[in-house]
Amino acid sequence: MMQTVLDILSWILLTAGGAFVLVGGIGALRMPNLYTRMHAASVTDTMGAVLVLAGVMLQAGLSLATIKLAAILLFLLITSPTASYALASAAMIAGIKPDAGRAADLEDDA
Amino acid sequence: MYYVVAFATLVTMGLALIRAVLGPTVYDRVLSVNMFGTKTVLLMSVIAFLAGRPDFLDLALAYALINFIGVLAVLEFFKSRAARRAQEAAEDDAA
Amino acid sequence: MTLVFSFFLLTLLVITAVAVVRTRNLFVAVMLLGIFSLLIAANFLLLDAADVALTEAAVGAGISTVLFLGALALTSERERTATPHRWLSLAVVVSATLVVLYATFDKPSFGDPEAPVHQHVAPWYLEKTPEAIDVPNVVTAVLASFRGYDTLGEVFVVFTAGIGVLFLLSAQHGHAAQRRPDAKDESDIGLRDDLIPRVVGRLLVPFIVLFGLYVQFHGDYGPGGGFQAGALIAAAFILFALVEGEERTLEALPFNTLLALMVSGALLYGLVGLAGVFLGGNFLDYSVLAEDPVAGQHLGILLIEAGVGLTVTGVLLVIFHAFAARDRF
Repeated sequence: MMQTVLDILSWILLTAGGAFVLVGGIGALRMPNLYTRMHAASVTDTMGAVLVLAGVMLQAGLSLATIKLAAILLFLLITSPTASYALASAAMIAGIKPDAGRAADLEDDA
Repeated sequence: MYYVVAFATLVTMGLALIRAVLGPTVYDRVLSVNMFGTKTVLLMSVIAFLAGRPDFLDLALAYALINFIGVLAVLEFFKSRAARRAQEAAEDDAA
Repeated sequence: MTLVFSFFLLTLLVITAVAVVRTRNLFVAVMLLGIFSLLIAANFLLLDAADVALTEAAVGAGISTVLFLGALALTSERERTATPHRWLSLAVVVSATLVVLYATFDKPSFGDPEAPVHQHVAPWYLEKTPEAIDVPNVVTAVLASFRGYDTLGEVFVVFTAGIGVLFLLSAQHGHAAQRRPDAKDESDIGLRDDLIPRVVGRLLVPFIVLFGLYVQFHGDYGPGGGFQAGALIAAAFILFALVEGEERTLEALPFNTLLALMVSGALLYGLVGLAGVFLGGNFLDYSVLAEDPVAGQHLGILLIEAGVGLTVTGVLLVIFHAFAARDRF
């Protein structure tokens, strides 16, 4: 009984995590500007990673594997935002401007 | 159960690869390599449980660390190159 | 189902390889090679080869990217225009491919249980390892003990690569201690003024070293061993050099210490082999190193894996410093 509940819960978490990862991937491909793409890619690194690893942790139960998964999650959560920050800062210094997109056109008309 | 998320992660890795090949600026490519790396970490964790061998989690952990170092190295390199070019341009203007 | 995943990954691999060859900008090629390494590592994982996947991920995607970038900093960013002998090269490559494909027709099919390697070689190792060596990871047992002579050759190849790079790159400009004093202000650029990567980087370095030591000593029980651990510890120091600057890294781990690491690892391996001879056995026979043959094997494997880890760390850091110390980087 307990095992079935855990299985269903981890199925839900894994599928939701997979959905977030896929959405982030599609976003990184279709977004118009570098910064918007970075925004989409960061969805995969945070929500996607948390849900997928939580789902796998529920399957692993209380063992060494869960501690290793928690360590992987912790490292991903610490290092992905840092890498995004470093990338955005390097892109700004190189001169790539965040494009305001359609909102700027609407303001000019009004 | 793991097949769905493994498939979604593989498809996302394919999309990241397309972005790496297409991306007009070099920062798009760095972004997609970083994303590819973190998806590989997730894929390795899921495959570890798919194959029934939790010892593979060591690889995922090693990979998460190595990916970070690779991306920082690339960015450090671009910054120093841009700064060196700016310095050379300033020296050329002064001379 | 894993076959479908393998096919997918191999297709992505072909796309990446074509993209690497077609691009003219070498930075793009370096980053795509990082992706290539990751795809290969994932493929190895699907084939259940964990040790190889760990080595490929650690060395191919992290350290190789850093070294390629170091090399690109010294040369140019765009590839030269294509050589005039393209059709000849294409003909040679196509004919070699056809010959290799023809040669694979005689191979047993993938995963065939009747193949000779599964009838004679693999069962022998699987049977002998628990009796003679008694470590759970058969790969480490084969690599370190049954085929220890090959691993000795590998360590010396790595050592020779380190010496070769030192001869080629240090001869003209010398290492960092002999740089021009006015090159100091150039080293203030980069990530040093960026607070967040610096704090996070400094926080992570001890954990990466700790994880590297875990991988080193856990090689008997899970994926791991000397090569992977050496690459991880070298990656930790490269991270420190990226966020803190090369001078401080050389204060933390001086160049002479790196040379000592390089040499002592290879020497340790050779001495363990000779100790086997002096104690009455063959070269690299670990059974004579202790009272009980199995304990002797454990001691021998521990020592030579340590030797491998030391040499790999030393060589990778020496190569990194040799590239980074050039004045233009």
